[in-house]
Amino acid sequence: MEHKNINLTLKVWRQQSTVSKGEFVTYQVKNISQEMSFLEMFDVLNEQLIQEDKEPIAFDHDCREGICGMCSMYIDGKPHGPWQANTTCQLHMRAFNDGDTITVEPWRAQAFPVLKDLVVDRTSFDRIIQAGGYVSVNTGNAVDGNSLPINKNDADASFAAAMCIGCGACVAACKNSSAMLFLSAKVSHLALLPQGDPERQSRVVNMVAQMDKEGFGACTNTGACEATCPKEISLSNIARLNQEYLLASFTSAE
Amino acid sequence: MLDAKIPAGSLENKWTDYKGHCKLVNPANKRKLEVIVVGTGLAGASAAATLGELGYKVKAFCFQDSPRRAHSIAAQGGINAAKNYQNDGDSVFRLFYDTIKGGDYRAREANVHRLSEVSGNIIDQCVAQGVPFAREYGGLLSNRSFGGTQVQRTFYAAGQTGQQLLIGAYQGLERQISLGNVTMYSRHEMLDIVMVDGKAQGIIARDLITGKLERHFGHAVLLCTGGYGNVFYLSTNAMGSNVTAAWKAHRKGAAFANPCFTQIHPTCIPVSGDHQSKLTLMSESLRNDGRIWVPLKQGDNRKPTDIPEEERDYYLERRYPAFGNLVPRDVASRAAKERCDAGYGVGTSKQAVYLDYAAAIERYGKIEVSKKGLANATKEEIIVLGKEVVKEKYGNLFDMYQKITGENPYEIPMRIYPAVHYTMGGLWVDYELQTSIKGVYALGEANFSDHGANRLGASALMQGLADGYFVIPYTIGNYLADEIYSKPISTDHPAFVETEKSVSDRIATLKGINGKQSVESFHKRLGKIMWDKCGMARNAQGLTEAIAEIQALKKEFWSDVKIPGGINEMNPELDKANRVADFIELGELMCKDALNRQESCGGHFREEYQTPEGEALRDDANFMYVAAWDYAGDSNWNLQKEPLIYDVIKPSQRNYK
Repeated sequence: MEHKNINLTLKVWRQQSTVSKGEFVTYQVKNISQEMSFLEMFDVLNEQLIQEDKEPIAFDHDCREGICGMCSMYIDGKPHGPWQANTTCQLHMRAFNDGDTITVEPWRAQAFPVLKDLVVDRTSFDRIIQAGGYVSVNTGNAVDGNSLPINKNDADASFAAAMCIGCGACVAACKNSSAMLFLSAKVSHLALLPQGDPERQSRVVNMVAQMDKEGFGACTNTGACEATCPKEISLSNIARLNQEYLLASFTSAE
Repeated sequence: MLDAKIPAGSLENKWTDYKGHCKLVNPANKRKLEVIVVGTGLAGASAAATLGELGYKVKAFCFQDSPRRAHSIAAQGGINAAKNYQNDGDSVFRLFYDTIKGGDYRAREANVHRLSEVSGNIIDQCVAQGVPFAREYGGLLSNRSFGGTQVQRTFYAAGQTGQQLLIGAYQGLERQISLGNVTMYSRHEMLDIVMVDGKAQGIIARDLITGKLERHFGHAVLLCTGGYGNVFYLSTNAMGSNVTAAWKAHRKGAAFANPCFTQIHPTCIPVSGDHQSKLTLMSESLRNDGRIWVPLKQGDNRKPTDIPEEERDYYLERRYPAFGNLVPRDVASRAAKERCDAGYGVGTSKQAVYLDYAAAIERYGKIEVSKKGLANATKEEIIVLGKEVVKEKYGNLFDMYQKITGENPYEIPMRIYPAVHYTMGGLWVDYELQTSIKGVYALGEANFSDHGANRLGASALMQGLADGYFVIPYTIGNYLADEIYSKPISTDHPAFVETEKSVSDRIATLKGINGKQSVESFHKRLGKIMWDKCGMARNAQGLTEAIAEIQALKKEFWSDVKIPGGINEMNPELDKANRVADFIELGELMCKDALNRQESCGGHFREEYQTPEGEALRDDANFMYVAAWDYAGDSNWNLQKEPLIYDVIKPSQRNYK
C-alpha cells in the first residue's frame, strides 16, 4: 500500500473543566505517516505538547480497535470523522491530505457535559440502561441454552441491534441531541428475543422516561444518527421502538 | 507456605463436595457485608451482579467511563463450553483434558475441572440474559472449532462474542445498580489495599475526574482487573489495561504466580511503524478457514498472488499435519517467528506471514453452487458466491483489516504476525480464588490458575464468567460467614489514613520529579526490552541483561519522568505514570521468573531447552510447580513453589503432529 507523510493544521477544542469556558486552539503537526490512526496522530501531538511544556489534550480512548465505544471525537463536523461505519480510533490518516486543516471538537449535547477538552460524561447512557435495559434473570435460574429455539432471522436482527457500542455518536450527530437510536437498539435487541418478552412493556416505558429526564432531545426521524453510527444500527429500530412504546401505552396495566 | 486448599476426594466430585460443605451466609447478614469489586470486565461485572443479586452490599470500580467498556469487550472468536451439542465426542472431561494439555501441564487439575464443569451453565445463563449467540436455521445454538481442539465446542456471536457477553453481564450489573445493591464508581482507579490485622479491609481509590483520593471500606476485595500484557507496550490489550491494582496487592503481600507465562497470539496485524500504539488481533477463528504460508524462497518479493502454489510453504500444515492451521497459539506463533527469523518473512518489514482465504473462498463458492444447483457456474461466479459466505462469517474482521492496512483481504492474502495478547500468570490464588492476602480475591485473567503456560482460544471468556457467576458466589461465602462478627471499620481508622498518605506521597513524588522525558517514552523503552528479551523466545543471557536494563530504566524513570498538569484534576498523564511505574517493577519480576524457569513450556520458550525439532522441552522433574513470588522490597523477591500434582492426567510431551 502506497503511503506518505503529511503535514496538518489542527483546530482542537480545549476546555479545562465542565464549568470553565472553552476555546479552539490551533496546532501544527508535521511528518504524520498516513498509516497512523487518528488517535496515534493525537499521540504525536500530545508528545509534542509535553516537550513544549504545554498540557496535552485529554481525550477518551481505550481498546483502539473500534469496539469499546470510548473514543468520541467530532471531526470536521462529523462524529468519528469522514469514514462510514467507523470509530475515531479506526480512522486512519489515509483519509486526509497534506496541508489539510482538521477541526476536532467533543460530542456536543446537554446530556453529555464536557469534563475536559474532548472528554465528555456519558453516564446518562448507563442510567438509561438501568431503567430497564436488561432481562431480570438472576444467576443460576437459567434452563438449558437449547431448550428454546429462536428463529435465526430474529436472532440475527437482535444481534444487529445489540452491536451498539454506546459511543454516543448518534446523539452527537443529531440536531436535537436525541438518544433514540441508542435506546431503540437496546429495546430491539431484547424485544426480538423470547427472553426479553415478559418485560417488554415496562422496559420501553421506563427507558423512554429516563431518556427524557436526562435531557436528550426529541427524534424527528432525520436519520443523521444512522448515517454516522459506527456499527450501522438501523433507523428501523426507532420505528420498532415507537411501535413498542405505543403498544405499551395502550395495553399497560399500570 | 502456600496452601491451595484443594478439596479432598475424586476430581469429578471436588466441586460438588465443596459446594455441599462450604459455609453459608444468611440473607439478613449478607446485607451487612460489603464487597469491593475492582474492574468490570467479564469477571468483575459478573461477580458484582451476582453478589448484588445474593444481597451483599457491593461497590464496583472501573477506570473507564462506563463498566461496559472493559477490555473483555474486544474478545472476538468465542466461548468454549462442554455442551456436546454437536454430538462430536465432547464432554466435561475432554474440555478439562484439552485445557490442561493446551496449558502444557502447568495448571491445577482441580481448578480446571471445575471450570469445565460450570462451562455449560455459563452458556445457559448468557442465553437467559438475552445474549444473541449465533444460531442455526433450526433455531438452535451454533458452534465452531478453535485452535488446540478437535471438537466444535465454541459458542459465538459473529466476531463480537466478548462484546455480547460483556453487555449481558453489564446489563445484569446495571440492574443491580438500579436496585441499589451495587454502587458503581466509574472513572475511578484503585491505588492501594487497606490492611488491618493481616486482613484486607478496603481500598484507596482515585477519582480520575477530580484527582481526589477516596477511602472505601469492604469486608472483602475482589480484583478483576485483567492481565498485564501492556508491560510490552505493544499488545492487543486496551490502552488503559494495566497491572496497578494487582501490583498493589502484590506489594501488600499477595504472591504473584508464573509472571513469565505470557501468550503471544499468532494472528495479529503487523506493526506498521514507530508511531504504533497498539496491535490489533485478527480472531483465531480465521485459522479455521484461512491457510498460513510464506514463500518457499527466502526474500521473495513477488506479490503473493503472483507466487504459484508449488512455491509456497504452508509451514503449519507441513510441520503439524494432524492439527494443521489449528495448532495452539504458542506453537503457531513460534512457527511464524521461526520462518521470519530464517528469512522467509513477507511485507515491507519482513516480519509477517500470509493468512490466505483464496482456497476457502473457492471451497465455499463450490458449496453454494451445488446448493443452488448451478451446473455450469464459471470460476468467477464461484468466487463471487464464496466471498459472500466468507463475508457473512468474518466480514467485520475483514473490514477492520482493510481499515487498518488499506488492503483488501478478499483479494490479497492478509499479512499477520504474532503479538502479545494474554497473560496466563497473575496473582496466586487458592481453590477459592483467594490470594495470599486474607480477604483479597483475584478473578479472571488477573489470577493465574486455569491456563497453565498457554491458554486455548475461547477459554478466557469462559474463565472470566465461570469465576464471576459460578465460583466466587460460593467461595466468598465461606470467608464472609466468619466476617459477620466484624463490624465495618471507620474510614478514619489509622490504617486508612496511613494508606491514603502513602498513596498521596507517591503521587506527589512522581509529579515532583519534573524531569524531561514523557511517560510514554519510558513505556516504549520498557516494552522494547521485554519484547526483545522476554518475548517469544528467551535465553539466560538476554534475561540477565534485561533485568539490569530494567533496573536502570527504573532509576531513570524516577529521576527524569515528566508529568504535565496538576494532581487535583483530570490528568491522563499522571494516571499513566502511576501505571508505568508498576509495569517497570513487574517487568523485572517477569524476567526473573523466566530466568528461573529453566525449561520450555507453553508460551515460555527458553532457547536452551528445545527438542531437536525445535519444540518446547519441558522439565517435569524440576519445574512441575507454580512459581509464586513474594515481594520482599525493591527488586527483591522470594520464590515459593506450589507443586503441581496430576492425579488424573498423565503429562506427556504435547503432540499436535
